[in-house]
Amino acid sequence: MATATFKIWRGDASGGEYRDYTAEFDQGMVVLDVLHHIQAEQAGDLAIRWNCKAGKCGSCSAEINGKPRLMCMTRMSTLPVDEPITIQPMQTFPIIRDLVTDVSSNFKMKRSIKKFKPRPPDTEDGAWLMDQQDVERVQEFRKCIECFLCQDVCHVLREHHMHDEFIGPRHLVYAAALEMHPLDTEDRVADLKKLHGAGYCNITKCCTKVCPEHITITDNAIIPLKERIADEFYDPVTKLFRIFQPKKK
Amino acid sequence: MAEFTTFEHDVLVIGAGGAGLRAAIEASACGCRVGLVCKSLLGKAHTVMAEGGMAAALANVDERDGWRVHFADTMRGGQYLNNWRMAELHAKEAPDRVRELESWGAVFDRTKEGRILQRNFGGHQYPRLAHVGDRTGLEMIRTLQDHGIHQGIDVHMEVTVVTLLKDGQRIAGALGYDRERGRFRLYRAGAVILATGGIGKAFKVTSNSWEYTGDGHALAYDAGADLKDMEFVQFHPTGMVWPLSVRGILVTEGVRGEGGVLRNSEGRRFMFDDIPDLYKNQTADNEEEGWRYVIGDKNARRPPELLTRDHVARCIVREIKAGRGSPHGGVYLDIGWIKEKISNAEEHIKKKLPSMHHQFKQLAGVDITREPMEVGPTTHYVMGGIDVDGDTQMSTVPGLFAAGECAAGLHGANRLGGNSLSDLVVFGKRAGEYAAKFAKEHGQPTVDQGQADDAMRDSLAPFDRAAESGAENPYEIQHTLQDLMQNNVGIVRNEEEMAAALDGIAKLRGRAKHASAHGHREYNPGWHTCVDLNNLLTVAEGVARSALERTESRGAHFREDHPEKVSDWGQWNLILRKGTDGAMQIERRRIAERPAELTTIIEEMK
Repeated sequence: MATATFKIWRGDASGGEYRDYTAEFDQGMVVLDVLHHIQAEQAGDLAIRWNCKAGKCGSCSAEINGKPRLMCMTRMSTLPVDEPITIQPMQTFPIIRDLVTDVSSNFKMKRSIKKFKPRPPDTEDGAWLMDQQDVERVQEFRKCIECFLCQDVCHVLREHHMHDEFIGPRHLVYAAALEMHPLDTEDRVADLKKLHGAGYCNITKCCTKVCPEHITITDNAIIPLKERIADEFYDPVTKLFRIFQPKKK
Repeated sequence: MAEFTTFEHDVLVIGAGGAGLRAAIEASACGCRVGLVCKSLLGKAHTVMAEGGMAAALANVDERDGWRVHFADTMRGGQYLNNWRMAELHAKEAPDRVRELESWGAVFDRTKEGRILQRNFGGHQYPRLAHVGDRTGLEMIRTLQDHGIHQGIDVHMEVTVVTLLKDGQRIAGALGYDRERGRFRLYRAGAVILATGGIGKAFKVTSNSWEYTGDGHALAYDAGADLKDMEFVQFHPTGMVWPLSVRGILVTEGVRGEGGVLRNSEGRRFMFDDIPDLYKNQTADNEEEGWRYVIGDKNARRPPELLTRDHVARCIVREIKAGRGSPHGGVYLDIGWIKEKISNAEEHIKKKLPSMHHQFKQLAGVDITREPMEVGPTTHYVMGGIDVDGDTQMSTVPGLFAAGECAAGLHGANRLGGNSLSDLVVFGKRAGEYAAKFAKEHGQPTVDQGQADDAMRDSLAPFDRAAESGAENPYEIQHTLQDLMQNNVGIVRNEEEMAAALDGIAKLRGRAKHASAHGHREYNPGWHTCVDLNNLLTVAEGVARSALERTESRGAHFREDHPEKVSDWGQWNLILRKGTDGAMQIERRRIAERPAELTTIIEEMK
């Protein structure tokens, strides 16, 4: 058993402060385990959002010593314990209480993206044929556990608060998964430019760095989407063509 | 009295995992106003934890597969206590539900021909599980979520339901509170579907999240519905055992499906030592044949690691008890050994089992491509639950439906891996369809304000007790209950220990009356724990009472004082019901006679 001190942010929308808690921990414990002990023994009303405790549901996002992480996947052995460990809620989202934030804006953003629209089935029994190689590109994006750490770290949202103009990395990944889905026939490029603000991303790759699923968000999802937008809206030859062609529905 | 907001729905779905989402989508498609209550955020429900795959006889990998084989496998795995009608519908409809997920955007792994790939799993005669690496549950819930948000469903996130409301005999809605602010919500609904999942949090070592407190089971029971088969709790053979803090986290059966083997401390593949008669014909008796099965030889029989979960779990316990376990009290599960057989083993393992690779590396510092994992049994699933009609999923309370893990019947005495995800969508859809029909035929019920007032008063009582002398810490009661169930009603059971468990549960029920919450109602987990305690105590009592009554060993229920399977017991389900005095009553109910054609299928496949 070793001992660590935690500075945990306690408060709500009206304000709050860091409070110190000291707790013992065992070999192999993660931050969430220690917070549970604090909750059960010292602070019964400490608000934490969590579910699976296995890195699969993406509920327990917070900032540990200033870094956006999943509390259930951060082992105590990876943190220095000679000084207090700071735990604060994600800073990009409005506070509900303690470590719990209001992430509902993400659910609204997602609904503004046009849904999957498949081509007609390839076989008589209503099935489709796809190559493993083709589905793998999309499967990378579909690993996303919606922990919203990428949204948390994105400066367009975090510092510039452009939640109404920019859907953020999570939803660009979602849009990329749809756009690159081998069966999808919908066109979302115009929306991505005009409605979803894909242009605001200036490729600092902070989102990629914090993704617990190691999705290469910027390189594999956002940049290809930006290229599609550039092709459709800024390519001079295409532009010339468009003048003479009826508009795409 | 406390204030509340009223919501009007034709169909209210409680629970937003695979079954709840599929039910909501269906009821909405039938033209109903649908409310969907999630205990957590949308898309975080326990379905995300499902790893290995979704069983459906698509016959993409082995053309000998079909619904009859799947039906027979499910019945054999359930030791014939299953609701045969559900097993039949499930086997017939699962392929359509898989294709439907694909039409909504799911991206399953593919065969060389470009069709949906299927993998081997315990108790399934042919490769049958549609999958996405080892994160199939995430794929399913995300697909349903992303489809569902465009269907006009009203989603109520982070809401806990505390009671169901009734209008005479029929269901009238539910009362709950939102976690964010602690405000009460009254839902008036013509039909209610429970899709609340399982009860794992009644045990100490479990693969289940905090949400799994048996809410649906207890809500239905308190509303007068019958519960069935509660003695059958599945202990998944392979959970993590070390480090202690991750004890119980699931290690997918897919590891064994891809060729992983179980060994004891002597290096012996102990699963060859005990192959049950029911499976002798289907199981390899040497390592070489087992490997041939894994790589797709259709003439080979499957390795004993792929026997049913109940049996594998007991064999692991036997090895540990005999002193042949691993240093941290488990046995070894080795997938790295396949490098002896295939050249690109490391890449193959990372591709087929990415979450397992990540999970062990991150949480235990173990590289599964090189080192064996230490694993042991973990409480995973409850086969028992709300007794429902096989076709409609309606419980014994008119207008109250149940689907998914909280409903009973499909799995009998033991569930086959992969049959849960398909269960969710097959019976989620059916529940949605028939609940919509019920709501349309019966119209809106009247809500009795008094029932809501009582529930609000009871829910808020923990705050009033905070200042009382003798106030109890709810976390402590929960932990005591988990220890009690783990030690006394676990994998190996006997009369004495279970009787002691029932005594203990009664005492804890008394203590729970003094459970107290500090502070205010906004996002207060101490309060939530107080509210959930009643549900946990009800399901714990249900499991212990049924397990004590069934004086035989069958499927997941093993009694060391009655180690044999008794053929007469194969005729009976155990039913729990709340008596007029509030005490739990138990009765035996004879299983309905099976149609001759289904019996013929079972006989032919033996």
